[in-house]
Amino acid sequence: MKVLVAVKRTIDPNVKVRVKSDQTGVETANVKMAMNPFCEIAVEEAVRMKEAGSANEVVAVSAGADKAQETLRTALAMGADRAVHIVTEAELQPLAVARLLKVIADEEQPGLVIMGKQAIDDDSNQTGQMLAALLGWPQATFASEIEFKDGTADVTREIDGGLETLNVNLPAVVTTDLRLNEPRYASLPNIMKAKKKPIDRREADALGVDISPRLAIHKVEEPPKREAGIKVADVAELVAKLRDDAKVIG
Amino acid sequence: MASAVVNPRDLRFQLFDVLGSDALCARARYRDHDRESLEAALDLAIQIADEVLWPNAPIGDRDEPRLENGRVRVPSAIHESVAAITDAGFIAAALDYDRGGMQLPAVLLQACLGVLKAADTATAGYLMLTKAAANLLDVHGTDEQKRLYMEPLYAGRFLGTMCLSEPDVGSSLGDIRCRAVPAGDGTYRLSGSKMWISGGDQDISENIVHLVLAKLPDAPPGVKGISLFIVPKFRVNADGTLGAPNDVAVAGLNHKMGYRAISNCLLSFGENGGCEAHLVGAPHAGLACMFHMMNEARIGVGISGAMIGYAGYTQAVRYARERRQGRPVDNRDPTQPPVPIVRHADVKRMLLKQKAIVEGALALCLTCARYLDDMTTATDEDQRQRAGLLLDILTPIAKAWPAEFCQEANSLAIQVHGGYGYTRDFPVERLYRDNRLNAIHEGTNGIQAIDLLGRKARSQDGAALRALMEEIRADIDAARDLPALAEHCDALAAATGEIEGATAAIGAARAEGRIGDSLANASLYLNALGHIVVAWLWLRQARAADDALRQGAVTDDDAFYRGKLAACRYFFRYELAGMKPAIALLARVDTTCAEMDTNMF
Repeated sequence: MKVLVAVKRTIDPNVKVRVKSDQTGVETANVKMAMNPFCEIAVEEAVRMKEAGSANEVVAVSAGADKAQETLRTALAMGADRAVHIVTEAELQPLAVARLLKVIADEEQPGLVIMGKQAIDDDSNQTGQMLAALLGWPQATFASEIEFKDGTADVTREIDGGLETLNVNLPAVVTTDLRLNEPRYASLPNIMKAKKKPIDRREADALGVDISPRLAIHKVEEPPKREAGIKVADVAELVAKLRDDAKVIG
Repeated sequence: MASAVVNPRDLRFQLFDVLGSDALCARARYRDHDRESLEAALDLAIQIADEVLWPNAPIGDRDEPRLENGRVRVPSAIHESVAAITDAGFIAAALDYDRGGMQLPAVLLQACLGVLKAADTATAGYLMLTKAAANLLDVHGTDEQKRLYMEPLYAGRFLGTMCLSEPDVGSSLGDIRCRAVPAGDGTYRLSGSKMWISGGDQDISENIVHLVLAKLPDAPPGVKGISLFIVPKFRVNADGTLGAPNDVAVAGLNHKMGYRAISNCLLSFGENGGCEAHLVGAPHAGLACMFHMMNEARIGVGISGAMIGYAGYTQAVRYARERRQGRPVDNRDPTQPPVPIVRHADVKRMLLKQKAIVEGALALCLTCARYLDDMTTATDEDQRQRAGLLLDILTPIAKAWPAEFCQEANSLAIQVHGGYGYTRDFPVERLYRDNRLNAIHEGTNGIQAIDLLGRKARSQDGAALRALMEEIRADIDAARDLPALAEHCDALAAATGEIEGATAAIGAARAEGRIGDSLANASLYLNALGHIVVAWLWLRQARAADDALRQGAVTDDDAFYRGKLAACRYFFRYELAGMKPAIALLARVDTTCAEMDTNMF
């Protein structure tokens, strides 16, 4: 089985994110970037599938500017066999990414598409679901365990009330949650080997799908600073403050 | 600063903006590399340091190795740390691709190892010794020795040790008493004791490869009679499988002040006459084989000193930004909340001093590693030779200066933490204890100083010192026209003149036969020349920062570059200027210390 794993380049999770002074977004110039942590988990799972014999090829795919290639190299260094880079300078929203991934999935015909449940930059948590719908494939999101048998997969999902196990027919789209695995470090020799693995560059414009943004961002600002608390003399004052100042009780 | 132990931005600045390490990719050996792959190696080291080594380091310190039924046990956290380093391929990183390496340039390798040492220098010690043992066998071993011992060392399956010192013999190796006699089958039987053996026993790797200095029966006296042997803990069969125990016993453990995660053993070889040893290289040529690795090992110790200081500084900055205490002296309104202590002038002084020392020490070690690359891979023969010359004189400084002065930085990191810094709830006291070893091992700082003044500064009629002064003056000339740096250029030019004068005065005393007097202040000389070298490297950093600022660096990096200029100014005004009295003592070949009669103490 071939596995297609989608990865996204995001701001390194250890970096403190700053809002741009013009409030159009967050500062990314000169900021350290890395693979989205949920995507790392997806790559790790795909590589483990190959090591366990349930997959025979792992193809990493990413959409974005030239620098996205670095993120694909990371996936290759972790053990993916080859990569597809959908090149575009345009801003990509989840629907656009899902459409682009659909084109690649149609071409590659994988038995499984695996990807992070969300990216830590915009926290959309939409692309996997949209891709499944566009492909008409089953979806199993928030996976914490995947087991393959007879052309299907048992996927344990992390849901609000606990764990839920789905059995999905393959091909399917699975999105990964944090507890699925602990991603490996790419070793130094594998970093070098990754440089020799092929990355197929595809221009997004040539894939024949509409990737124009559907959402407009009006303003990005930092969360309000928490203000210092105050001490109240008694319950009566507390109730008065909650009613008159905070307006949280009637 | 996202990392707990280093500032990745500074590492990149020093490696690429100052040292131009990406230019190495133009050389044949590194042509598969580019900035991206070099940074990937660095990022990997930072990730492992922060995620694995740093959290495990206090465990290795608290639960130091213990002896159980003749075997040394190391906590499982340290097993995990060692595995993370070896699995990532750091032992073999400099090797050819087809031998499992990454063909990583020395300057990048030392930076990566430095990051690991910042997080846990004791655990990194297992890796350093193993790498050194493997490198030594790579140069001097037979094909069979390479297959049976070197390859498992590079793979991290075996770990290595260096067995030089004995209970009564430390720095004076000519007096060693370990003996090896031919067994008649091409192997030898070794007997004797070895002391201070780091990693001498542990339960991390399946086998241990000891590289042991010993004397053959027909050995000439002194250092010309020392041979080098491989002594495995378990004998290794011809097919590479492990055989019987090789009569190497742990006679005791040393309980150290710091560096605790790596065991330190008194080993007893051949108590039962069954310790099989394999000669490496020619008979009586052991010391030469061993010293082949010395340059790199000494730079490695320097990096350890620098990076333990760096980790302390990183922690101190973090703490000073969070800890609120007191009010500004010019606004002591008690109704206002206390301010973070980083705003107090004396805390700023302590942090700036640490910054100037540790980033300067790192620059010193990386510059040496960069010369190592030039010495081995520069295309131009003259450039290779010159790099070797510069390394000759810089190596003793790179070993000793960081250990000497980053210890002060580690002390200040404790001071910034106040009472908390003196407790084991914060890592700065461990860092202080760990760093204290670096002035002692791999040739004490005193021995480095004698090597510098008695040998390196004099050899070839002072050619190495002249080359160094030429390098320094070239950088002064290049920075002279920059208004921000003119003051420093003048100070450095004056200091180079003064140290040359002192060197000449010392040389004159020596020529008069006052050899003892001429070496009596060697440590002072090393510290003074060290300060001049570090000031020079600060000037280089300041120039790169000044360039970036004038090119209009983006706003969020502004503080980084201005910080570089400030640290340079601090180093020149407070540190270099403070060395003047020492240089004056050197220039008059002061004999206050040398004249002491031993019964006057």
